[in-house]
Amino acid sequence: MLTESQIERYSRHIILKEVGGKGQQKLFDGRVLIIGAGGLGAPIALYLAAAGVGTIGIADADDVDLSNLQRQVIHFTPDIGKPKVESAREKMQAINPDVKVVTYREWISAANINGIIADYDFIIDGTDNFAAKFLINDACVLAGKPYSHGGILQFDGQTITVRPHESACYRCIFPEPPPKDAIPSCSQAGVIGVLPGVIGTIQATEAIKFLLGKGDLLTDRLLTYSALRMKFREVPLKRKTACPVCGDTPTITEVHDELDALTVCDLKES
Amino acid sequence: MKIRINGKETLLAENPQRTVDSLLEELDVSQRLYVTVELNGEILDRPAYETTPVNEGDVIEFLYFMGGGR
Ligand SMILES: [Zn+2]
Repeated sequence: MLTESQIERYSRHIILKEVGGKGQQKLFDGRVLIIGAGGLGAPIALYLAAAGVGTIGIADADDVDLSNLQRQVIHFTPDIGKPKVESAREKMQAINPDVKVVTYREWISAANINGIIADYDFIIDGTDNFAAKFLINDACVLAGKPYSHGGILQFDGQTITVRPHESACYRCIFPEPPPKDAIPSCSQAGVIGVLPGVIGTIQATEAIKFLLGKGDLLTDRLLTYSALRMKFREVPLKRKTACPVCGDTPTITEVHDELDALTVCDLKES
Repeated sequence: MKIRINGKETLLAENPQRTVDSLLEELDVSQRLYVTVELNGEILDRPAYETTPVNEGDVIEFLYFMGGGR
């Protein structure tokens, strides 16, 4: 039951026929995990907290660094040196004391990911390396957890929502990670600070729509965004029957770390 | 010959020998060794790049790796 002050806080939601009091309650009962408390994770965490998503998990082992502040808008200058998940939790609870924030100050790996995602309805990938992106895809597909993939580089971004075994997954598009250091990371190649704001906000929108059960998710289409050309494009996709994880005869049946894809430079980024 | 690449109409010199693989080289596509190619709605397996011809009117999407997020 929503209290009087909650009804006021969420009044602009409740007035929407797609949300209403019932929808707001669904958000409140919802559990969303954000992996990565950086560029993508920042707007995702802020908006989900503001929206009143009841339980929000956030995972990241890093501390706030001066070079993060150009884009990771959840972290402030006095937070430098603080664990990112703590810095994020403080802002989320300052925006909305109603939400429960669960922090995981650790890097996700094959050893811990199943246990972490098990508690959540929807997962959001806000990580910055292929090892994590493929691990999240595999773990979510194998556990049947819907999730949002997001990736950014320089002025370009892409995002897709995956409903395991129903819609195309990340490995349907990219069967395996590129070799280590083949594709530059943001710390090597740069990223325009507003970019993760655009992509992360779309990912948060997907989580909210999923919890509400309204609208159409970004499934079976990869949304790409070019900030330089100011263009969004959609590439229609289909689930691949030969996909190594969600296909008809999968070769990946349990989570594993993509050691080749671990980029050392990402680990020391901040 | 006209094809559509990432939503853009693209005019190419006639070349009956052109394959997806040679097209990647011809256009100097970035991430050439890793890019995923979708041809007329189907994602191609990488080994097929060398044997798949490019035909008039084909709709091709290059899907690039983007590993950033933080
Ligand atoms: Zn798949």
